[in-house]
Amino acid sequence: MILASGLRKSFGSFEAVRGIDVDVRRGESFGFLGPNGAGKSSTMRMVAAVSPVSGGTLRILGLDPATDGPEIRARIGVCPQEDTLDTELTVRDNLVVYGRYFGLPRAEVRERADELLEFVQLTDKAGAKVEDLSGGMKRRLTIARSLVNRPELLLLDEPTTGLDPQARHVVWDRLFRLKQQGVTLVLTTHYMDEAEQLTDRLVVMDKGLIVAEGSPLALIAEHSTREVAELRFGVAEEGESHEVLARKVEDLAERVEVLPDRLLLYTADGEETVAQVHERGLTPVATLVRRSTLEDVFLRLTGRTLVD
Amino acid sequence: MALVSVAVGRSAARPLGAGEATGLLLYRNYLAYRRAWYIFLTGFLEPVFYLFSIGVGVGQLVTGFEFNGHEIPYAEFVAPGMLATSAMNGAVLDATFNFFFKLKYNKLFDQLLATPLTTADIARGELSWSLLRGGIYSAGFLVVMVAMGLASSWWALLAVPAALLIGLCFGALGMALTTYMRSWQDFEWVNLAMMPMFLFSATFFPLSAYPTGVAWVVEATPLYRGVVLCRELTTGTLSWASAVSVVYLVVLGAVGLALVRRRLDALLLT
Repeated sequence: MILASGLRKSFGSFEAVRGIDVDVRRGESFGFLGPNGAGKSSTMRMVAAVSPVSGGTLRILGLDPATDGPEIRARIGVCPQEDTLDTELTVRDNLVVYGRYFGLPRAEVRERADELLEFVQLTDKAGAKVEDLSGGMKRRLTIARSLVNRPELLLLDEPTTGLDPQARHVVWDRLFRLKQQGVTLVLTTHYMDEAEQLTDRLVVMDKGLIVAEGSPLALIAEHSTREVAELRFGVAEEGESHEVLARKVEDLAERVEVLPDRLLLYTADGEETVAQVHERGLTPVATLVRRSTLEDVFLRLTGRTLVD
Repeated sequence: MALVSVAVGRSAARPLGAGEATGLLLYRNYLAYRRAWYIFLTGFLEPVFYLFSIGVGVGQLVTGFEFNGHEIPYAEFVAPGMLATSAMNGAVLDATFNFFFKLKYNKLFDQLLATPLTTADIARGELSWSLLRGGIYSAGFLVVMVAMGLASSWWALLAVPAALLIGLCFGALGMALTTYMRSWQDFEWVNLAMMPMFLFSATFFPLSAYPTGVAWVVEATPLYRGVVLCRELTTGTLSWASAVSVVYLVVLGAVGLALVRRRLDALLLT
């Protein structure tokens, strides 16, 4: 569906995407994961055939976006990062008019619009103005709109950013249903739970490059341990800095990470590690043993430094 | 419920032809304006008021007026000027403020580019809408003129297509300039260009009132070409020189449209 090799995008002297290879297959759900500024959106815009490629090759549905932009766009659905709903039209007209841009006949688009409003639970809002919708409703409408042409490939750029938990779960549920119906989904996100829930395979991007690739589980297995023991120390240990404490336990775990408020011990068996810590006479005030998540992988690969 | 599979008998999405795309963008704008028809009205009324105040009112103080060798009443001189102005107003209003809103705030064009539509489709569609608005204003104004007995020739019917040429020229140039605007404040420049054109393009007094050098400058402005063309039509004094105005307006419009497309590419397809 998407085949990229050595794909690059630069804006003046700034290189947003610095040579990536991607192969998305039909029916799979593929994720681009990365911090802000990693090059995810630039990649998505190139795939959506609205951003000329600066280098490398890119084929979407076997077509070249430089020459076949309209043909490609006719067959894909795009849900951009910022809603681009037509605020001057009603909710239903947003779908009807948008569908007509794809050359679909009026009667068919109308039927389709009602079907999609039902799908994203906006049927009662059909006659409302777009401005009167909540953030979650707008997002659902944008998703509905991206489906109007029955796309073979659906591109979602940060589909749930800025939504409250309820709205996120509704969106996830709808996307999951689409996935079950065999739509190829490609999404970008910086939410780990979203990536774990929705993608079969993902790449982690950082500073314009792909730094890891695989299924969520494989990435966790490869870049993290099975469990993580989080230790918080109280006032008693105040005299000793976290660094000193870390040195005392570093041989107990594969990797120890020092945070301002706690130590993270990456280990195969968290309970046992905590027991060993206690045996050494250390008394953390709180301990938490949890499974490694994609978030651990993500932070390991892209660092904890704030990116804006 | 098969939401995505292409069932038998369903039409497949496809890129649109240029005419079809333009029609759809006109339809979209029609839907958006349906609720705001009164905005439409104010742009139409302005030149009508000027016609009554200056053409008819001041006209009572002005006796005999000569145009292309014919003696005409002053109101008949001013009216075609206002006709051209209404075409300009209609086109520029959409091509500047509304175009800017769609480009920067409503993100309409970003939305359109997620569909098979192209920047050329957008440029053509938006220009056609400006043209349509300018054309409606002019047709309405012509009705007012005829009702007041200010059109003395059947050629006046051709003033509507002439007004469309004015709309083409101003719409395309307005859109092209708008792509360079950074904020609403920049639109003061549009007013600064339109106001003097409106007042000095031989709308209220003939070119002979100017010294030669100034007259040349005025003759080179698009509104002057439009005003003269409309006046020649409504008074039935057409000549081969009228063709100059037609060619001028068409060329300027075509250049503007090409520029709009290139600017949209640069702004939207990044």
